[in-house]
Amino acid sequence: MNTKKGAEDRVTRHASPVTHKEGAKRWRVAKGYLYLLEDTCKGCGFCHTFCPKGVLAQAEHFNAKGYHPPEVVDADACVMCRFCEAVCPEFAIWLEEKEESHD
Amino acid sequence: MNGDEAIAEGAIAAGCTFFAAYPITPQSELAERMARRLPQVGGVFIQMEDELGAMAAVVGAAWGGAKAMTATSGPGFSLMVENIGLAVMTETPCVVANVQRGAPSTGLPTLVGQGDMMQARWGSHGHYEIIALSPWSPQEAFDLTVKAFALSERFRTPVLLMTDEVVGHMYERVEIPEEVPVAPRKKPKVAPEEFLPFEPDEDLVPPMACAGEGYRIHVTGLTHDEHGYPVMDAEAHDRLVRRLCEKILRFRDEFTWWEEVMTEDAEVLVISYGISARVALGGVELARKKGIKAGLLRLITIWPFPDEVLRKLSEQVRGTVVVEINLGQIYREVERATGGRVPMRGVFHAGGRIHTPEEVLAGIEEVLKCRS
Amino acid sequence: MPVVKAKPKPKPEVVPGVRHPSEKYLRTDRLPHIWCSGCGLGIALSSFLYALEELEIDPDSVAVVSGIGCAGRFAGYVRLDSYHTTHGRAIPFATGLKLAKPDLKVVVFSGDGDLFAIGGNHFIHAARRNIDITVLCVNNFNYGMTGGQVGPTTPVGGRTTTTPYGNFEHPFNLVYLAASAGATYVARWTTLHARRLKESIKEALQHPGFNFIEIISPCPTNFGRRNRLGDALDEMRYYAEKAVIRHGADPAEAEVIVGKEFIVGKFVDIRKPTYLELYHKKVEELFGP
Repeated sequence: MNTKKGAEDRVTRHASPVTHKEGAKRWRVAKGYLYLLEDTCKGCGFCHTFCPKGVLAQAEHFNAKGYHPPEVVDADACVMCRFCEAVCPEFAIWLEEKEESHD
Repeated sequence: MNGDEAIAEGAIAAGCTFFAAYPITPQSELAERMARRLPQVGGVFIQMEDELGAMAAVVGAAWGGAKAMTATSGPGFSLMVENIGLAVMTETPCVVANVQRGAPSTGLPTLVGQGDMMQARWGSHGHYEIIALSPWSPQEAFDLTVKAFALSERFRTPVLLMTDEVVGHMYERVEIPEEVPVAPRKKPKVAPEEFLPFEPDEDLVPPMACAGEGYRIHVTGLTHDEHGYPVMDAEAHDRLVRRLCEKILRFRDEFTWWEEVMTEDAEVLVISYGISARVALGGVELARKKGIKAGLLRLITIWPFPDEVLRKLSEQVRGTVVVEINLGQIYREVERATGGRVPMRGVFHAGGRIHTPEEVLAGIEEVLKCRS
Repeated sequence: MPVVKAKPKPKPEVVPGVRHPSEKYLRTDRLPHIWCSGCGLGIALSSFLYALEELEIDPDSVAVVSGIGCAGRFAGYVRLDSYHTTHGRAIPFATGLKLAKPDLKVVVFSGDGDLFAIGGNHFIHAARRNIDITVLCVNNFNYGMTGGQVGPTTPVGGRTTTTPYGNFEHPFNLVYLAASAGATYVARWTTLHARRLKESIKEALQHPGFNFIEIISPCPTNFGRRNRLGDALDEMRYYAEKAVIRHGADPAEAEVIVGKEFIVGKFVDIRKPTYLELYHKKVEELFGP
């Protein structure tokens, strides 16, 4: 139970490799890209509730932690206000501005 | 100058640039001198709102790269033990002087005591080791303060200067050397990417990267691993606590200091420290005049307790007498270290005055009456 | 309940190896953080990191000091010189750190109990002295980490594990306390006001003096749950409804009372000599430059 191996398991299991090895979901939105680390999300609901344009909604599926992550439902509506990025407590969602021509 | 002032000068000579304290009798002269001297040497003095804050500020300043110190007496020491524990756990070099007075509680603010000796050893919660030194004169107060800073850097630990109101307030000549070595802090030898802040070297002490040096380390009072990150693990905890103890215990010969007077042929060993040792010496001299072969063992390093010294000396004598201004604290350590092999007597007083040589003599004569 | 939209949902692609823009300031080997779903601490953390980024502050010149509690865990997640100290003692630790190394930007991050109960004395004196540090207090109205006990900011009537019949003690008005103790920059935001919070943090980091920002946050696991505030989303909706932005308001009138509107914004932004400025001035007067 408290063997050294147990300790290592606990440490590595606790650390999240998601930002490096696993991929992020990425949607093309009106002014660039919206990235989501789905398995990092803890389903608080802030991003899709407070998005002023209705870009996001709660997805029906569950992520690896058992939460409903958000998903983009109206990509054209995004005005790159970045509020979802600002209000996410988990560093799970962010935006990247990109011109249309560099798609 | 008096002992308090000598400690302040010792600190300045040793390179102390940060002093945070809260006023308390009989430490006041120490803090006041630091308030006057530190700005002169480019250091910072701050009088904090309480001893809790003072000790916390000292630990913070040490992480800012400074040699940091505080001073107090019993009631303040009781508040400081919390963050002495933080300093122990985070391996922060710093010096804490306790100018002991009559206790417990508010006790006798202006009069001598030596009742905090066990608290110095075990004051903070948890199991740990600490280094504590006890001067018996203003000169020694100066010298030991310089040594305290060096030891705090060498072992990355708080070092306690356990003095008392009499030494603090007595005026004697203090010689300040022209050059006093300023002990260096052990710095990392590798780049930040490779540096493990709590990975010890062979001497069981890790190098210390302070704030703003580009190492961006995490320091916590929680049990932590070599990265400095908290770990909730019994094995890691045991490993860490043992290393923290071992780093001091294994190398204790570097700083276990004591003085022997007339012990070569002694039949009774009088053991004392601090101001009591001066009186004890008087008692030993009285005994010698009466033909009793008494000798004095004056402890300078109190913690870790010099078991070996006691064991060896106790084997040559018929009895030991411990003289201290409390009702038996170092007495118990002597008893433990000597295994109760020789009869012991304590010459105790709860505080408020120092002993008289006659009281010490009485103790010597009494212990001789015991059958081994 | 999922929101059903008329348009077809756009399909995302999966892109490997991407990093969140704030990652360079995070100890990613320590993530995910331990804070509950909906806890505002993650927002406070990200607002702070965005502020650092936008100000282009050299990360080696910032030190973070935190106390004990959920907010105290902040120090463990930032890839900066960070110090997780004893309960209530973050501010005096930060004081020592700043005085020993004045070019550091020292930021204290802690909670309402740590800073204002056990740490209260240190708070008012550091504010009085105008020590040049920035104190970010995440206020969730109870002691969250230890299970939800009453704290110095728990509202009257609040149910906590140590006030099972409802709290009858009057809480602190933190911005009033900070302002009257001498803080020279005082602001309050909720975690809903994430962007304005970031701007405030930027202001505070550039403002010499004792800076204080109260950050009201949901605590869905303890305070929110015991007081039937709904989940974190409901608590955030409450902020949307009741928080009124009014810069320059009198902090004395900025009490947070359950059910009533409460003021957020900047209360104090003045310039007074800092502790070190006064110290150095004095030293110069006495001993020359």
